[in-house]
Amino acid sequence: MGLIRRNPAFTPLLLLAPGLLWLAAFYVAPNVQMFASSFWNGTLEGGFSFSLANWTNYPDALIKYQEQYLRSIEYGFVATLLCFAIAFPLAYFIAFKGGRARNVLLFLVVAPFFTSYLLRTIGWRTILGDDSIILGPLKALGVVAPEARILDTPFAVIAGIAYNFIPFMILPIYVSLEKIDRRLLEAAQDLYASGWGSFRRITLPLAIPGVFAGSLLTFIPAIGDFINAELLGNPGTTMIGNVIQRQFLVVRDYPTAAALSFMLMILILAGVALYARLLGTEELTSTAI
Amino acid sequence: MRVVQRVANFLASHLLAVYAAVALLYLLAPIAAVTLFSFNDPVGRSNYAWSSFTFDNWLSLFRDPTLVQAVGTSLRIALISTTIATILGTLMALALVRYQFRLRKSIDLFIFLPLATPEIVLGASLLTLFVTLRIPLGDLTLILAHVMFNVSYVVVTLKARLAGFDMRLEEAAADLGANPLQTFWRITFPLILPGIAAGALLAFGLSLDDFVITRFNAGQTQTFPVYVYLKVQKGIPPQVNAFATLFFFATVTLVAAAALLQRRRANLSK
Repeated sequence: MGLIRRNPAFTPLLLLAPGLLWLAAFYVAPNVQMFASSFWNGTLEGGFSFSLANWTNYPDALIKYQEQYLRSIEYGFVATLLCFAIAFPLAYFIAFKGGRARNVLLFLVVAPFFTSYLLRTIGWRTILGDDSIILGPLKALGVVAPEARILDTPFAVIAGIAYNFIPFMILPIYVSLEKIDRRLLEAAQDLYASGWGSFRRITLPLAIPGVFAGSLLTFIPAIGDFINAELLGNPGTTMIGNVIQRQFLVVRDYPTAAALSFMLMILILAGVALYARLLGTEELTSTAI
Repeated sequence: MRVVQRVANFLASHLLAVYAAVALLYLLAPIAAVTLFSFNDPVGRSNYAWSSFTFDNWLSLFRDPTLVQAVGTSLRIALISTTIATILGTLMALALVRYQFRLRKSIDLFIFLPLATPEIVLGASLLTLFVTLRIPLGDLTLILAHVMFNVSYVVVTLKARLAGFDMRLEEAAADLGANPLQTFWRITFPLILPGIAAGALLAFGLSLDDFVITRFNAGQTQTFPVYVYLKVQKGIPPQVNAFATLFFFATVTLVAAAALLQRRRANLSK
């Protein structure tokens, strides 16, 4: 206590130290180790050895799994767009028309987080199933062919991903919309701006940081996901996450797996850095929840 | 025809509300499905198709000892990791919100990074570290991992709550002769407690539900999500749905109670 009182500059350091050490040991060190492991060769049983000459692990892995990489980026991108299309009107409604129900509505948005991620995804199996409440009536009415399927298609995988990560899109957009000074909109109205005009020239520009933060926070878990592809897809919808988890946990080819996941990490860090550079870090680090 | 016209007019003028309602339905549909199927009496092993209503699954909640054990393990790991993460995270959030120092922004971004890293990378990198250091996988590695990802969530949640904190209250306490320790326990802590509780609740939920990182670092330990995953192929027993429903409504009750308590307190202080 005495030290703190005499030298207040120490206080934040002391408060931060335990948490930072934990992150250094279990976030930074593992990533450094994973980077090192990507230069290994050998097997788990025979032992791994490190050599810089093994840099070829990277191009090898990239060539072998480029299809899954590209598919992950594609699915992640489409899912993020889908999230945006669903999230923006919903966030807008809650922020501007929510009134007293606002907190309840926000709670409903995060409610999916309180049920098991796996079971939620399996829940989609029951909803999208071949004779489910969606396809069943459509087939009975003859709207779709009797052999039509949603389950085990790319559409099901993308819809599942979008569903699982959409709160990450809604919350930042909501925060940025909620912050908008309502007097700006009144002023626009006084100056005879149309509803669309004030939306386009005031609301939309001010919501941009939230939209970008949301897109980033949705895209990141989306491209790394493997649960949706495994539970809702078919062998043709395999994503890079499926490959990484298989290589690590089944094949135990650690060097290839490490190279694959390190490249994923770099891709994401580049995205975060770009965002921080363009829009600052405040919006991103404060609206994640 | 006039009815159709009216319906069309109503929809057009309430387009946004209708859209929002549909979006919320989309968000809540799988939860409804999970809850509904906890009352299903499945034919065969898989619990995907509705057959008939029953309370059986709720009455035989503890039938499978492996499932009960997995739930226990999940709760234990969530409790321990939440406690550690909440303490570490609260200290960090206090430092970030209340002090100005060099590198504050960089540290802020650094703490955020684990949230911006795909879970599969977090899980895989921890596995390579544990394997290299020959640390046996199990409860210990799971706790280390869960604290790691939860610390950042606690910090972010608390930072948002601390932003409106009136520092003059602490100055007033100091002026009245309170030492820093007294000031913290009597002034600061009670005021930030709701924020800490919110962060802890989030951490607990995330730990309970984590599958990806857990899958990589669990070894032979079975948590609830791992149990569910291993059962996907063979058919998930409907008791799993009952447990998930139980967790969900327990959390909802807790959150609602916390919100009501806070509102009442805010009304009292007015």
